[in-house]
Amino acid sequence: MAVRARAPVIGVSGLGKRYGEHTALREITFEVAAGELVAIVGPNGAGKTTLLSILAGVQRASSGMVSGSGSGSAIGWAPQQTALYSKLSVAENLRLFARLERVADPDAAVARMLVQTGLGERADERVERLSGGNRQRVNVALGLIGDPPALALDEPTSALDPGQRERVWQFVGDLARSGTAVLFSTHHLGEVRHYATRAIVLADGELLFDGAPAELIATNGGDGEGGDFETAFVAFLKSRGH
Amino acid sequence: MRWLLKKDLLILARSRLLVGVLIVYPIAIALLIGLAISRTPGKPKVAIVDETPPGQTIQVGSERVDVSHYADQLFSQVQPVHVSSRAQAVADIKSGRVLAAVVIPRDIAARISSGVTQGSIEVLYNGNALEQSLVRSQLSSALAQANVGFSEQIQRAAAQAIGVLLTGGNLGVLGAPSNMIGLGQIPTTLHAIIARQPPGSQRTQLERIDRFAEFADQNLGLAKNVLSTIGQPIQVKSTLVQGRRTPLNTFAVVVAVSVSLMFVCVLLAAGGVALEREEHTLARLARGLASREGLLAEKGLLAAACAMVLGLAMLAGIGVFVSLDWGRIWQWLIALAFGAVAFGALGIAIGALAREVRAASLLAFGLSLPLAFLALVPSGAVAHGLYDAIAAISFVFPFKAALQALDAAVNGASPGLGISVVHLLGLTALFGALARLGLQRLE
Repeated sequence: MAVRARAPVIGVSGLGKRYGEHTALREITFEVAAGELVAIVGPNGAGKTTLLSILAGVQRASSGMVSGSGSGSAIGWAPQQTALYSKLSVAENLRLFARLERVADPDAAVARMLVQTGLGERADERVERLSGGNRQRVNVALGLIGDPPALALDEPTSALDPGQRERVWQFVGDLARSGTAVLFSTHHLGEVRHYATRAIVLADGELLFDGAPAELIATNGGDGEGGDFETAFVAFLKSRGH
Repeated sequence: MRWLLKKDLLILARSRLLVGVLIVYPIAIALLIGLAISRTPGKPKVAIVDETPPGQTIQVGSERVDVSHYADQLFSQVQPVHVSSRAQAVADIKSGRVLAAVVIPRDIAARISSGVTQGSIEVLYNGNALEQSLVRSQLSSALAQANVGFSEQIQRAAAQAIGVLLTGGNLGVLGAPSNMIGLGQIPTTLHAIIARQPPGSQRTQLERIDRFAEFADQNLGLAKNVLSTIGQPIQVKSTLVQGRRTPLNTFAVVVAVSVSLMFVCVLLAAGGVALEREEHTLARLARGLASREGLLAEKGLLAAACAMVLGLAMLAGIGVFVSLDWGRIWQWLIALAFGAVAFGALGIAIGALAREVRAASLLAFGLSLPLAFLALVPSGAVAHGLYDAIAAISFVFPFKAALQALDAAVNGASPGLGISVVHLLGLTALFGALARLGLQRLE
C-alpha cells in the first residue's frame, strides 16, 4: 500500500454503508493528500458512487468516519449527472452556488471559475444550450466554487466524447497540480493509467487495492509503466475472486 | 432561501409557456365550471301546434277563461316555434329543427267546459336518449307549471260561481234565473214564512226544507277552501337548517377561484420540487447549502404567493360582472392565503414523490381534478356509503376546506372562516410532513 508524505486532506476510517440487508461498503480506510489525483475503480455495484456520496456529505455512513479539512460539505462535489439549472446561464449557476456556499466575494469566484473552465465567452449562455462537455465543466466548476481543498468527481467523463474528455482531464489535472486533492470514479480504465497518481480498487464494497496504477500493472501481469491497466485490473479482480 | 427564491422566479420568468399554461388553463377550467354551475340548462326548442280557434274560451259559471292563456304559460318555459300543423311539427322534429312538439287540439276548450272529460294535449319527442331525457324533463315541468296556472284560473272562476250560489245574484249562465236568491238567504226567508204557518204537515215540510238550506249553505261555503286545496294540495315552506343562502352565481365564483387557486398552486409547487430532482440539484443543495425544510417551504410559499395573486385578480375581475362585497376583502385575503398555503403543501408533497417535472405535473393534475369534482358532490346525490367515502376523501385534501373558507369569506357561508382555516392549517402540516418524508430520498 502507498504511503503519503503530505498531510491528509481526507481521512477515511472503517467506513461502512448498509442498505437494509445489502452491504454497499465494508470497513474502508484510506487517506488522500493535497494534490493527489485518486481514481476509484471497480465493477458495477462495487460501491464507488456510495463512497463518493458519503465523502461529499450527500449520504450518511452506517459506520466509520470521514475526517480532514476536505471532508463533508467542505469537499467539492460533481455528481455523475450534471447538477445544474438548465434555464440559468453559466454565470448565474456559478453565482447562485457561490452565494449559497457563502463565498466572501461571489463575483470574484465566478470570474475565477469562468477563467479556470475556459467558459468565459459563454458565461451568459443558458446551460441548456451547452454541449455535454461544457456542461460537465460547469458541473465541476460548481464543485470548486467554494475553493475546496478536495474535489470528488463521480464518473466525470462518462457521457463525453474523446475530445471533451481530454479537455476535462486537462482542467482536472491543472486543479491537482495547484494542490487540490481530487478523487474520481471512472469506468474508462485508460484514464486511470494516464491521469491518476493513485488507484483505489473496490469490489462488492471492499477495498482490494490502494496504490499507484503502475504498481497494480506490475503485480498483475503487466510490464510496469507502459503496461495495459485494463488487462492488469481484470486479472487482479479475477485473482481476488471477482 | 432568498437566493433560491430569486433563482426560482428567474426560472419561472424564463418558462413563458409554463406560466402561460398555468394562468390560462385554470382560468379556462374555472370559467367552464362556473358556467356549468351558474347557468340553468337552456330552454328547449319546441314546436307548438295551436289548433284552437283564436279567442276560444272555457265557460266556468259566469267567468270565461281564455285558452290562449294556457299556451302563454307553456311558451314561457320553452323556446316556442309556431307551426301550422301536426305534420309540419313532425317534419321539424325529424329534421332536428326542434326537439319536441306540443299539439293543442281544436276541441280542448269544449272538453274542459263539458265538465265531464279532461282536456288533453299531444307531445311528440325525438333525439337521443340524453336529449330525450332532458327535453322530457323540461317539458314535463313546463306542462305542469302551465297546468297549475290554468287550474288556478278555473278555480277562481268556480269560486266566484259558488259565491253567487251562496249569496245570490246573477250566475250569468245560459238558462239560469236572474237575481237568484242565495243559499244563505233562504233560511231567514223561510223562518218568516214558517212563523206564520199553523202547526201541521205543511209547516213540518217547510221546517225540513229550512234545515236542508242551512246545511247546504254551511257546506257549500267550505267548497271554496276545498277547491284551493285540490289545486295545490301541498304548500312548501322552506327552512335552511345549516349554511347561508349563497346565490348560485357567487358560489360559482368561489368554485372558479378555488379551482384556479388549486391548479396553479399544486402544479407550481409540485413542478418546483420535481425540477430540483430532474436537474439533479437536490443532492447538491442538500449538502448543507439549503435545508430540506427550507427548500420545501420556499417552493410551497412561492407557489402559494403566485396562486394568491391569481386568485385575487380573478375575484377582482369577476367582481366587475358579479356583485361581491368588497368590504370583506380582508377575509378574502385570509381565505386565499391559507388555501394557497395548503395547496402549496399538497404540491410539494407530490413533487417530492415524483422524479421529474412531467410526472409531477401529471400526478398533480390527475389528483386535483377529481378532488374538485368530489368536493362538489352534494349529499343525497349518491348512495349514503359512497357519500361518506367522498366526504372522507374531501376532508383529507385541501380543496373542500379551501372552498369552504372562500365561501365563508366571500358569501358569509358556514362553516365559518375560522374553522376552515384551522382545517387548512392541519392539512398544511400533514402534507408538509409527507413532503419532508418524500425528500428523504435524494436521487
